[in-house]
Amino acid sequence: MPKKITIEPVTRVEGHGKVTIHLDDERNVVQSRLHIVEFRGFERFIQGRPYWEAPVLVQRLCGICPVSHHLAAAKAMDVIVGAGTGEGLTPAGEKMRRLMHYGQIFQSHVLHFFHLASPDLLFGIDADPMVRNIIGVAMEHKELAVQGVMMRKFGQEIIEVTAGKKIHGTGAIPGGINKNLTPEERDRFLNGADPLNAGKMIEWAEEAIDFFTSYHAKNKEFIDNFAAFPSAHLSLVREDGAMDLYHGVLRAVDANGKVILHDVDYQDYLDYIAEEVRSWTYMKFPYLKEYGKQTGWYRVGPLARLNTCDFIPTPRAQKAFEKFRAYTNGKPNNMSMHMHWARLIEVLHAGEMIKQLLEDPDLQSEDLVVKGERQPEGVGVIEAPRGTLFHHYRVSEQDQITMANLIVSTTNNNEPMNRAVEDVAKKYLTGQEEIKEGMLNAVEVAIRAYDPCLSCATHALGKMPLKITLLDSNGKVLDKKIKS
Amino acid sequence: MRSLFYGYGNPGRRDDGLGIAFVEKLESWCHEQGIDNVFFDSNYQLNIEDADTIRHYDLVVFCDASQEDIPDFCFGKVHPSEARIEFSMHAVSPAFILDLAGKLFNTVPAAWLLHIKGETWEFKEGLTNKAEKNLKAALDFVMRELIPSPDPLRILKETCHSCP
Repeated sequence: MPKKITIEPVTRVEGHGKVTIHLDDERNVVQSRLHIVEFRGFERFIQGRPYWEAPVLVQRLCGICPVSHHLAAAKAMDVIVGAGTGEGLTPAGEKMRRLMHYGQIFQSHVLHFFHLASPDLLFGIDADPMVRNIIGVAMEHKELAVQGVMMRKFGQEIIEVTAGKKIHGTGAIPGGINKNLTPEERDRFLNGADPLNAGKMIEWAEEAIDFFTSYHAKNKEFIDNFAAFPSAHLSLVREDGAMDLYHGVLRAVDANGKVILHDVDYQDYLDYIAEEVRSWTYMKFPYLKEYGKQTGWYRVGPLARLNTCDFIPTPRAQKAFEKFRAYTNGKPNNMSMHMHWARLIEVLHAGEMIKQLLEDPDLQSEDLVVKGERQPEGVGVIEAPRGTLFHHYRVSEQDQITMANLIVSTTNNNEPMNRAVEDVAKKYLTGQEEIKEGMLNAVEVAIRAYDPCLSCATHALGKMPLKITLLDSNGKVLDKKIKS
Repeated sequence: MRSLFYGYGNPGRRDDGLGIAFVEKLESWCHEQGIDNVFFDSNYQLNIEDADTIRHYDLVVFCDASQEDIPDFCFGKVHPSEARIEFSMHAVSPAFILDLAGKLFNTVPAAWLLHIKGETWEFKEGLTNKAEKNLKAALDFVMRELIPSPDPLRILKETCHSCP
């Protein structure tokens, strides 16, 4: 008799979701789905509010990536106030925002790798969950755990000085920023006592890459084949093809590296990207219009960014990038677990960018804001830690927001995460009638590689636990696992 | 004794901002009073770097909004042994932070969790009237009883019996 498996909740994933896995009479996996089961409409909530409130209000979406929403909304509001689409700000305005953003990338990626992913690598995905966590890392690999804690702290402190405060930061405003960086703040991050200085962070970031590549060398079968599948990849790139996580044009490549979205202005994103609604989940499925719903889906995030860009404009990360690209002979890398490798290269790049920005005297300039001719509509796009983040607003003549559309990174990765779950389900759950711990975690590891933030993805708030359920073809529940 | 009051929550979710509001008001009061051995921090949620933050204090009071069935506020002792590995590891509990501080830095400050009862958690800034009253009660207690006391640990022990 056909069966169905449901997994909920996924541990070490922000938000809430549910995985259901259907088995046929021969216990082959015939369908698997990652469902998002809670929804509250943030886009409607923001309507009617004055446009200048948006960069602060959108931080309510999520306590994990408030900086990314803050900056994406601010970029959209730059357009509304006539300050242009990224290049129009003053040097201080743009560079302070970049510093804030690279601080966010740094701390978020560090949290994911050291806290969420490294336990799986150090102890194996079959290990006891009571050991396979950051406390376990602290017990057995103390130095690594301390590095994770201090690197995260460094990134958080960069955010605090650039955003103005930890909670509901106000640093980015329509047309610029509201504060510069004082020489004292700059010196603290450049020359502070070890380990909280940019130089040490770069050194540790390189060590983290070495840790991963060393693990990879010993575990090629797992890292290269776990949840690997071909896909297109999309991200912002700088106009010269360089990696740029703050601003650029939209580029997509297919699984073989052919450019399928040619460096377009993101103000026109609706000409190229659409979202499909499916009845079984609240999370939409974005796709490239030209290629349709079936084949136009794509991945975003660290792996996608290393596949779309031509080079990384900081020397140490560029060296790491060259090794990464050489591994697939210059072709796009479609291996989900290589997302961790890509993420660590971005940690290094973010560390180098932070140092470079701190050394730039423009950050002490008093020229903070520009304005121009008021516009009725604006789009802001940024490469958030988890991938491309779109904010789109229309504003009335009375300065009220009349429309908001957000496509968050995790939503962009909806189809890839479903594909990853399916790949793993077929390998680990075929022939099974119950969910064992190793199977449960295999599914979670596949989802976790994308570091999804499901609260953002459904524009909901609060904890959203996730379940895994096994059902037969008649809908009878054979097994269910819930983690809370 | 160096004490840290650490508020956490999302002020964009009505009463979820109670912990942060508590810390803001207490910090302002301590500044006015010239109290220099009490320190403050706040964030949306606790995370791993807070293990480094708390290790520099003798006493840490985590301040959070509560959905528990309590009258207005209460204090609960935090034990590192109660650390749980939770599903959403983008945020962690006070016990987890304490446990991590002990394992990484070999230091575990005395720690309590101040629960302040909240009512509503919707998308909106500003506390409800009930939450404001509960906040005031908690502030009154801490300003009158706890901070002036030569033995705050004794005060906390005596008051934490009713907390979940």
